Amino acid sequence: MADLEIRGLTRVFPGGVRALDNLDLHIRDGEFFALLGPSGCGKTTLLRSIAGLERPDAGQILIGGRDVTRLPPGARDLAMVFQDYALYPHMTVAENIAYPLKIRRVGRKDRRQTAESVGASLQIKGGMLDRRPGQLSGGQQQRVALARAIAYRPRVFLFDEPLSNLDARLRLEARTFLKQLQRDLGVTTVYVTHDQAEALALADRMAVMERGHIRQLDTPSNCFLRPANTFVASFIGSTPMNLLSATVRDGGCDVAGQRLALPEIVRGQVQSGEAVVLGMRPEYADVSLVEVPEGLSGPVRVLENLGVDSLVTIEIGDLRVQATTPEDCVPALGDRVWLVPDQRRLLVYRADDGERIAVGPAAPFAETTVDAGSL
Amino acid sequence: MSPREAETPAPPLPASAPPEAGATALRTRGAVAFIAPALALVAVFLIFPALWTLYLGLTDYRLTGIQAANPQFIGLDNYAAALGDPRFGNSLWVTLVYVFGSAVIGQLGLGFTLAWIFRGWRGASRTVLEILVIVAWIIPSSVVAFLWIAFLDTHDGTLNAVLGNADVPWLFSWPLLSIIVFNTWRGTAFSMLLCGGALSTLPPSHLETARLAGASSWQQLRDIVLPSIRGHLLTNLLLISLWTFNDFSPYLITAGGPNFGTETLPIYIFRNALTNFQLGYGAAISAILLVINLVIALVYLRVLRKRN
Amino acid sequence: MGPDAAMPETAPGAPSAAAITARRLVGRLAFYTFVVVVGAFFALPMLWLAFAPFDAHPTLAAHPPTEFTLGNFPDLLKNPYALPSLLNSLVLSLATMALVVATAAPAAYALSRVRIPGRDVLLYVLLLFSSVVSGTAAMVPIFLLVFELGLINTQAGVVLVLAGGLIPAGIFMLKDFVDSMPTSYEESARVFGASPFQILRDIVLPHARPGLAVIGVWVFVNVWSNFLIPFILTRDPGKMPAAVVIYNFYSEGGQANLRLISSFGLLYSIPVVVLYLVVNRRYGFRFYGGLKG
Ligand SMILES: Nc1ncnc2c1ncn2[C@@H]1O[C@H](COP(=O)(O)OP(=O)(O)O)[C@@H](O)[C@H]1O
Ligand SMILES: [Mg+2]
Repeated sequence: MADLEIRGLTRVFPGGVRALDNLDLHIRDGEFFALLGPSGCGKTTLLRSIAGLERPDAGQILIGGRDVTRLPPGARDLAMVFQDYALYPHMTVAENIAYPLKIRRVGRKDRRQTAESVGASLQIKGGMLDRRPGQLSGGQQQRVALARAIAYRPRVFLFDEPLSNLDARLRLEARTFLKQLQRDLGVTTVYVTHDQAEALALADRMAVMERGHIRQLDTPSNCFLRPANTFVASFIGSTPMNLLSATVRDGGCDVAGQRLALPEIVRGQVQSGEAVVLGMRPEYADVSLVEVPEGLSGPVRVLENLGVDSLVTIEIGDLRVQATTPEDCVPALGDRVWLVPDQRRLLVYRADDGERIAVGPAAPFAETTVDAGSL
Repeated sequence: MSPREAETPAPPLPASAPPEAGATALRTRGAVAFIAPALALVAVFLIFPALWTLYLGLTDYRLTGIQAANPQFIGLDNYAAALGDPRFGNSLWVTLVYVFGSAVIGQLGLGFTLAWIFRGWRGASRTVLEILVIVAWIIPSSVVAFLWIAFLDTHDGTLNAVLGNADVPWLFSWPLLSIIVFNTWRGTAFSMLLCGGALSTLPPSHLETARLAGASSWQQLRDIVLPSIRGHLLTNLLLISLWTFNDFSPYLITAGGPNFGTETLPIYIFRNALTNFQLGYGAAISAILLVINLVIALVYLRVLRKRN
Repeated sequence: MGPDAAMPETAPGAPSAAAITARRLVGRLAFYTFVVVVGAFFALPMLWLAFAPFDAHPTLAAHPPTEFTLGNFPDLLKNPYALPSLLNSLVLSLATMALVVATAAPAAYALSRVRIPGRDVLLYVLLLFSSVVSGTAAMVPIFLLVFELGLINTQAGVVLVLAGGLIPAGIFMLKDFVDSMPTSYEESARVFGASPFQILRDIVLPHARPGLAVIGVWVFVNVWSNFLIPFILTRDPGKMPAAVVIYNFYSEGGQANLRLISSFGLLYSIPVVVLYLVVNRRYGFRFYGGLKG
């Protein structure tokens, strides 16, 4: 097992794309770490640099304290599961799983034995071992790729969107399976994904990336509850967060010509007339059919059924704001409703750089139990 | 290696060799070693002859006589001689008719028609017809040439028998038409297969939409199919034209006769250069053929590039 | 049934059902007439090759053997050039195949996987030259070059010239095969510590095997059928391949020996037809420029 340290890593592709820009990161021993970000933000480049498949232009990579920046991939003692699994079509499943051992000159018998035991722990057994990868389902192929990585007994696992080729239901199953597997093995894991739900569900800690930079490095719950900037705020959450332009005035703020209270904690840190962006998750606002004095009001324009809740789109001035309502109090289309944000969950960002307005360590969320798993 | 390193704030890597990027551990030097043998053969036996042709065309090189030992540089005299030779003009004309008749109309026209009627048609008769067309393409041309000599024979030929013992001397009275039909027979398969491939790339929903709108077969062909596979048709056309310009096989049937009626450029070159051993003059005509090839190839590469 | 006949025509205000039926009938008739004529066009010239070799007294007309015999084939032994020329064809084809595959495969692999400076220019030049320079257009310098190298009338000369012409297209076809192989195959092996040699042996070669087979057959068929290059580079009838020898059989003056030509022509044609059909069945053929014919 080992920790993983990245110092000042930079990668500029021919053509000038700066896929990684002076990036620092420390991943702890045994941690399940997720790299999250939109397509093209440099996640794969970072993972491939760790693997040694990509040559960084500057910076260092240390695995277990040892500088591996100039070592070839095979000498780094890590295993990678690719998005397409990279199972060799001309080898059987057992041969695929044991191929890393063949390279290490393990004898044929021992290879077969390892393939069988590792395979069995991943429900790859019996006839499946002697089939070709092409004859397996997507979920089975994914498990074979995992088995091959495990058979190598590496110090670090690297995963590049390993679940993205599975269909939705299978993906959820595989996700649970993967989380348990990593817990059992305790191997340091770097997991690349563009699916925020996957990162939230799997990771102990995660980094949200944008254009070669890390925009937030935190636990999943902190990334969800307290996104550090509007980029992370808009990226995380299955229903996108409302980001409303507002102007501070008299301890409150103006939103689309209406008045809204600001959370107490930020009031001291903003000045009257300052432009801010309010971040409000649809889940953290109440929709009321009767007038509420401190609420934003407007007519309901769209209603979407999400199963347990409904998603309501409300027209407030020239803004459209979304909120969820429980199944027992869904307004009708066209109804005038009042929207009351949960003051403890309302986030305030500076309009100029999109950073959250700093709040002290005694944040009002400190008491929330959601954070429990973070450290 | 990259000029951008200078702008990078982070400390640059030590000067020793970094790990190689990319899929394989094959480095640039190794890659050159992988490519070199192929490139050497191509350079000596394909590229060098082409360039030498251009040079030879400017000399009076012959295989025998004084010019063999000491060829003179004579500038564009060979080209002037070609322009003055009615046989050259005839040869160019014959070649154009041959290419247009056998490649454009014959192979592409028939090939596309076959591909079109084969689309969605399964069954034994289709398979038989398709295999016949393909086998005609696969049989070596020196065998095909004799099959056509036999088929077109004045007294015993099968064609005349089918036409009711007509005794038409096809190869004598209609030599150019004969080799055009011969080359159509021999080459249609390529266009048929290529057009069939192109047609199969057409999403069925396109044709189904047109059919729902009530378009007839002909309207579907004109409005949907042809515009969609225009690129394929054009590349096919250019390729078969290129090959037909350089096709030597009419020589096997008529040897250019009778009375130069089928003397295409390749045959004209062969007779001047390797029968009469006027190598300089032959090279000059070859250079003209190379230029024709070059024009077609450049258009072809442009079309290919656009399609990608 | 023809597809045109099955085409529904249901435009609003369409003609009456009877008119549609009549039109369909005419369409179907035209369709079958076309198919029969085209079928006859392709079948009739070939028929001779199916009948004459088994006829004790073949003529130029295609008709079932008047007196069936297999004797024409053993009689080929009496001709001093017939069977040796098939052997020559085999040697030429196999040697060129080996040379093209051995040189084009590594080149295609390197060109697909390594970003060599100037790679795209190199590929473009290769593609351009391989389509522009045909054996016909370069026959003069090819003849002179082989003459100067002292390789006139040798099989090595023919092999080298044919290989030079086929290698570029071979590289392109093989490069397509390598390009279609995900780089993650090799990368994953590298992460597990495989050496370049192990990667080539365990992963790239097995994966490229169908590609190599297709190229091999493609070269074989091309060389087996090629007439022009051995025709201009070989003088000694004992060294000529079948393509040239059969031409000599029917182009030389005097009465053509039809028993010889027909049985020999069939024997010479069968291998390439069989090869093509086998490869086509297994891999499907891809089409590229080259020196066909
Ligand atoms: N081999 C390459 N050559 C040039 N640009 C590349 C290459 N690989 C990736 N890039 C660019 O680098 C950026 C980051 O790519 P990548 O790491 O693959 O993103 P992600 O995995 O987050 O989607 C993208 O803009 C991409 O276009
Ligand atoms: Mg990626």
